[in-house]
Amino acid sequence: MDKFTGKIWVLGDDIDTDIIIPTEYLALKTVQDMAPYAFSPLRPELAGQIREGDMIVAGKNFGCGSSREQAPEIIKALGIKCVIAKSFARIFFRNSINNGLLLIENDRLRDNVNEGDEITVTINESIEHHGNQYPITSLPQNLVDIINAGGLVKAMRKLNGLD
Amino acid sequence: MGSTIIEKIIRNNIGKEVHSGDIVTVNVDRVMIHDIFIPFVASKFEEMGFTKIWDADKAVLIYDHLVPASQVDDTRHFCIGNAFVEKYGMKNIHRADGICHQLMTEAGYVKPGDIVFGTDSHTTTYGCVGAFSSGIGYTEMASILGTGTLWIRVPETIRVNITGKLPENVMAKDIILKLIGDLGADGATYKALEFAGDTVENMTVASRMSMSNMAIEAGAKCALFTPDEKTAEYCGITLTDKERDLAGDADANYCTVINYRAEDFVPVMACPSNVDNVKPVSELAGREIDQVFIGSCTNGRLEDLMAAADVLKGKHVAPFVKLIVTPASRKIYREAAANGTMAVLAEAGAIITHPSCGLCCGRTGGILTDGETVIATNNRNFLGRMGTSKVNIYLASPRSAAACAIAGKIVSP
Repeated sequence: MDKFTGKIWVLGDDIDTDIIIPTEYLALKTVQDMAPYAFSPLRPELAGQIREGDMIVAGKNFGCGSSREQAPEIIKALGIKCVIAKSFARIFFRNSINNGLLLIENDRLRDNVNEGDEITVTINESIEHHGNQYPITSLPQNLVDIINAGGLVKAMRKLNGLD
Repeated sequence: MGSTIIEKIIRNNIGKEVHSGDIVTVNVDRVMIHDIFIPFVASKFEEMGFTKIWDADKAVLIYDHLVPASQVDDTRHFCIGNAFVEKYGMKNIHRADGICHQLMTEAGYVKPGDIVFGTDSHTTTYGCVGAFSSGIGYTEMASILGTGTLWIRVPETIRVNITGKLPENVMAKDIILKLIGDLGADGATYKALEFAGDTVENMTVASRMSMSNMAIEAGAKCALFTPDEKTAEYCGITLTDKERDLAGDADANYCTVINYRAEDFVPVMACPSNVDNVKPVSELAGREIDQVFIGSCTNGRLEDLMAAADVLKGKHVAPFVKLIVTPASRKIYREAAANGTMAVLAEAGAIITHPSCGLCCGRTGGILTDGETVIATNNRNFLGRMGTSKVNIYLASPRSAAACAIAGKIVSP
């Protein structure tokens, strides 16, 4: 998990949670049922094209809008390894950490890549694209603790003496 | 160094001084869960291994997005919610009383200085009474139900001063849209907004609520107003010294200070399909419309319906326009019926619906199709929110929306 390479899908600024998963699909039973509709208002074909290990590179304010936690869960269910954006909306950021979806902030990468390019991510260090290195900062310790526990559910199970 | 409102609220909660950037664990005073997420909260809560709610009286469950059920699967949410309430001894449940954010303040679940979390992004609303409230996901909600606590990064504060008298045709909605347009959709991300100045002091709590409600559209964690006599009357309480002290100190550390003159505001709309795409109504005038929606936790209150009725009185909605009016709560519905507002709206040709989230979240009636245009008083105009992704959603004040309904096109109120 420390270092991985994958193909990228490129999205713009302000990708809101209604785009990630429209409200009309939120009453479906499982996140797997919802996943085919991910990003459908913007790119209906995208969910079917994403493959395990792919990454999303986006502009600023990724995940803005509602508190729907299905948004990071669906992105993870599609096989997306991590989302790299210029910035993330607050609730989406917390929801992603709690579900073990890796988010990386970088304000330069988005404007220097094309969809389909390959990038290599070294956690807490850098992103490499076409020989260029983009340094990334590390996460605060309290968030690392949640991720290391395997997400908030597992952290709470541990608290309750279950695992 | 003085403190901002959010620093004071968190200090009072944990019993020690805090500054922006500190990561602290707060004791939660109240939580709100709505119908869309209760199945997920319930399953995560049990998966985490909890067997009781830390304080069942502090939890509130509200059915609003799916009320009344319009798809068979919606009923599953009510069944799971009812079973959860029964199993864990919760008393605070509303099955058809209105929108969650309206009920949380209206029914007295939130008071000044409280720390409240809800499974909805517009939980920022309760800042209207000086509470720190913010939206979270269902996994964190499940962990709060078990522990009564949540980690928080103490946010920086953007102070917004507004002074002077607003023009007649400008409502609080126009102010918050203008601010979101100026800040951008991520301009307040991770930050608190703090409103001050005689313009907001002279506002009703309902108007303040329209503003705190939409703070999330600039990314804000919360949006705070200093509790005053209007707050006390609205909450049915007498303010304590600690509650009165919830004002930003002159020497507090603000990351940004923005000053507006009330006289400079004009009616505005957020144009498709971002809330920060804000333009004066005068620049948009003439565009034909198909539907108008007056309602939501942003603008479904009595003063909003009365503002619309004031514009619609003695006139009629354009023949090709559907005007949908959705009161934010059962109480507002009753009050609007009692004071004649409903009659004026009905005579003008409005379709008046039951209290709920209604069209704001694309449910329970009023869905639009490709190329259609709706003027709506709610808080989001994202792609696909009210039907297909090719619907044009313009966000406006109730006064502007009502004027457009009569004209059948965008006009200044």
